[in-house]
Amino acid sequence: MTGTTGTAPSKDHGTTGPTGTALGAPAERREGRQKVTGAARYAAEYALPGRAHAWPVPAAVARGRVTGVDTSAALALPGVLAVLTPGDAAGLAAPEDGTLAVLRSADVPHRGWCVALAVAETPETARAAARAVRVTYGTEAHHVDLTEDAPGGYEPDEVAGGPGRVEHGDPEAAFAAADVRVDVTYRVPPLHNHPMEPHATTAHWEGDRLTVYTSSQGGTTVRATLAQLFRLPEERITVVAEHVGGGFGSKGTPRPDVVLAALAARHTGRPVTLAYPRRLLPTVVGHRAPTVQRLRLGAGTDGRLTALLHEVTTHTSHVREFVEYAAVVSRVMYATPALLSTHRVVPLDVPSPSWMRAPGEAPGMYALESAVDELADALGTDPVELRVRNEPRREPGSGKPFSSRHVVECLREGARRFGWAGRDPRPGVRREGPLLVGTGVAAATYPFQVAPSTATAEARPDGTFVVRVNAADIGTGARTVLAQIAADALGVPLERVRTEVGHSDLPPAPLAGGSCGTASWGWAVHEACARLAAHPEEGPTVHADTTGEADADSPYARHAFGAHFAEVAVDTVTGEVRVRRLLGVFAAGRILNARTARSQFTGAMVMGLGMALTEHSTLDPAFGDFPESDLASYHVPVHADVPDIEADWLDEDDTHLNPMGSKGIGEIGIVGTAAALGNAVHHATGIRFRELPLTPDRILARLLCEG
Amino acid sequence: MTSAHQPGHHSEVTLRVNGKPHTLRVDHRRVLLDLLREELDLTGSKKGCDHGQCGACTVLVDGRRVNSCLLLAVALDGSEITTVEGLGGDGDEPHPLQRAFLDRDALQCGYCTPGQLCSALGMLAEAAAGHPSHVTDPAAPSGPPVPLDRTEIRERMSGNLCRCGAYPRIVEAIEDVI
Repeated sequence: MTGTTGTAPSKDHGTTGPTGTALGAPAERREGRQKVTGAARYAAEYALPGRAHAWPVPAAVARGRVTGVDTSAALALPGVLAVLTPGDAAGLAAPEDGTLAVLRSADVPHRGWCVALAVAETPETARAAARAVRVTYGTEAHHVDLTEDAPGGYEPDEVAGGPGRVEHGDPEAAFAAADVRVDVTYRVPPLHNHPMEPHATTAHWEGDRLTVYTSSQGGTTVRATLAQLFRLPEERITVVAEHVGGGFGSKGTPRPDVVLAALAARHTGRPVTLAYPRRLLPTVVGHRAPTVQRLRLGAGTDGRLTALLHEVTTHTSHVREFVEYAAVVSRVMYATPALLSTHRVVPLDVPSPSWMRAPGEAPGMYALESAVDELADALGTDPVELRVRNEPRREPGSGKPFSSRHVVECLREGARRFGWAGRDPRPGVRREGPLLVGTGVAAATYPFQVAPSTATAEARPDGTFVVRVNAADIGTGARTVLAQIAADALGVPLERVRTEVGHSDLPPAPLAGGSCGTASWGWAVHEACARLAAHPEEGPTVHADTTGEADADSPYARHAFGAHFAEVAVDTVTGEVRVRRLLGVFAAGRILNARTARSQFTGAMVMGLGMALTEHSTLDPAFGDFPESDLASYHVPVHADVPDIEADWLDEDDTHLNPMGSKGIGEIGIVGTAAALGNAVHHATGIRFRELPLTPDRILARLLCEG
Repeated sequence: MTSAHQPGHHSEVTLRVNGKPHTLRVDHRRVLLDLLREELDLTGSKKGCDHGQCGACTVLVDGRRVNSCLLLAVALDGSEITTVEGLGGDGDEPHPLQRAFLDRDALQCGYCTPGQLCSALGMLAEAAAGHPSHVTDPAAPSGPPVPLDRTEIRERMSGNLCRCGAYPRIVEAIEDVI
């Protein structure tokens, strides 16, 4: 491990890293100039000649069938081109992902499901037309309430590429026999990704060639999906995703907007833009499924765990199975002779859940790290020391050795920087007028993932190089970091490398998701560039494909780790929790760009702050979808919520990952944040809150009763 | 456009956008944001929510920051509009605040960025004109410029959401130009 680099001066434009190469340098993001001048174009901003606009009609019932669609009033409006109705997509092939089966049949699987699509000359007319469509339904009883004992639940065979259930030892007996026991249930509500750019697609047919400009984390998959649905060879489809206004998982795979836009464009013979209205997004693009998590921790009086049981109940839709795999973290974090990590998923009449930043890990570590804090309380042990004491030698779930694991170092370094030493463990004793002040800690983990990718490197006659890969830059700085990887492998200055991403004419690549984008694309870029440097005669263009290498089984358990420290002030008059300080220290392999990495770490911590304190969605039992459907009712953190946030890292030298030695960094920042904040609120108030978010109504009610 | 020629629902307005006059016949339902994006191809102003909840569409109208998704274009005859495309000078040099955003990495996906920039410039003018905010000391005299510490900047910028969480860097960038 080398020294920390995370506090490199933020105004340094540097193009060389700590070792004199491009890797690790705080290089300025290459598309930044376009973004600050308004020149960067996003999916809805391709004003093709004759372009029309589409507006969806959401289902108004939670379960049933469309029995009739009266489009006459809509079609009578001047400027309306068409109204697509159920059955208009019946000619498409059946999608593998049921959420894309829009307008194929009259079935309504959940409220908000698209039941018609108005297409008009202008957005205003499309909106008016959508409102003028009259839909009648045959309704059936629906159920959207998630409870631990909800009927119809089952244990999934597989979650996150592993088994739904892992059990070692005799966890029930070990827990019953433990000296010290914690048995607690934590709840996380549904959460919404809400990237700032709504899901949008501009689609255009020329004969039997389709071009889509779409907001996606993975254009290669969009093309494959459209080819299958529209029964076209992939080479007749072009997918452009040059700039993507965030996704956080919700644009990881194609969403209905791209299918609907392509359908509407074919139906009308016009280019069509569908920018999904913000208020309708939560029902059609996926959400983080709510979880009810029972944690049982048994320990000896020495603080060593003797049993760890993590049982997760969550929901999925009737459209497809998605499991919020929150119990997986308990297979990674702590040494225990008896382990149970299991999931129970209940299909309900709810919108389909999907990936949201650190799916599984974020809610799972909220519950686990809160329960560990409760165990520290019960034992009278410092929560940092308790974690150190339970550090495993091998991965508890698999028995594999870790490729690298520096969570203890992150905890120690974080504690040093935060000023943790000498902390008074007593809760509820630090008063500043009406405020109660407290500090908390939590660990973080996120798996290293990597997928095969292709890329090319071209040597140009003028001495510059062009690297091509169909990566998506969703705000990570992919263009920049891939150029750094290329420059390093080629042994040339960063300025001589250009990167092309975000277009399906480029070499196919996996998505920007699972924190695996840079690891996967970068591997192929590195390979192409290294070969071009070693064998210029193979040029001018060298093609690389990491299939067989990147997806080879590893004998190691590979994860990034981190530690979060938080200080909060709780207002006893208003119940408001204000964050004073937030620190994250991470060990995520080699950090490839100090500037953009820090932004991803701190940005994810902001999202974790929202998860802890402000973001709250519910499923209305009567209507069956989310009342908190827009940004006025679903509160993402704003400037005033966010203090100075510090993120730093310990560079790791891990040779079991990829040629760059990098792990993913896009998600781990969210993972421990909510638990650190929740633990700080307990330290401040002496009250243990076990349901997120920690909003004033909840805080105040219990302060008045118990404070 | 078909609907653009329906009588009775359209009016002619003249706006100056980034210094250039535009006379347009606008649908009465058309908001300034859609006019900029759909008719002038000024797509730097972003549509994040279309309901005044996210700030991505923030532009300056007669020097004041507004959510352009909430202003009907027909009501803006004679207005002076500045969008993100108009912040830089005539040359290639970006506005100092745009440069500060790059220096501080005060953006990730970039979708909220034009709104943050326009909002920050409007906010700086408000503070210079002595407008108090929720966190301004109520006992402070009204009139003189309000000094902007981080608490003031955060409070005044809270109408501009950033889901990538670039807030700490945005605040630093704004401080750089004060």
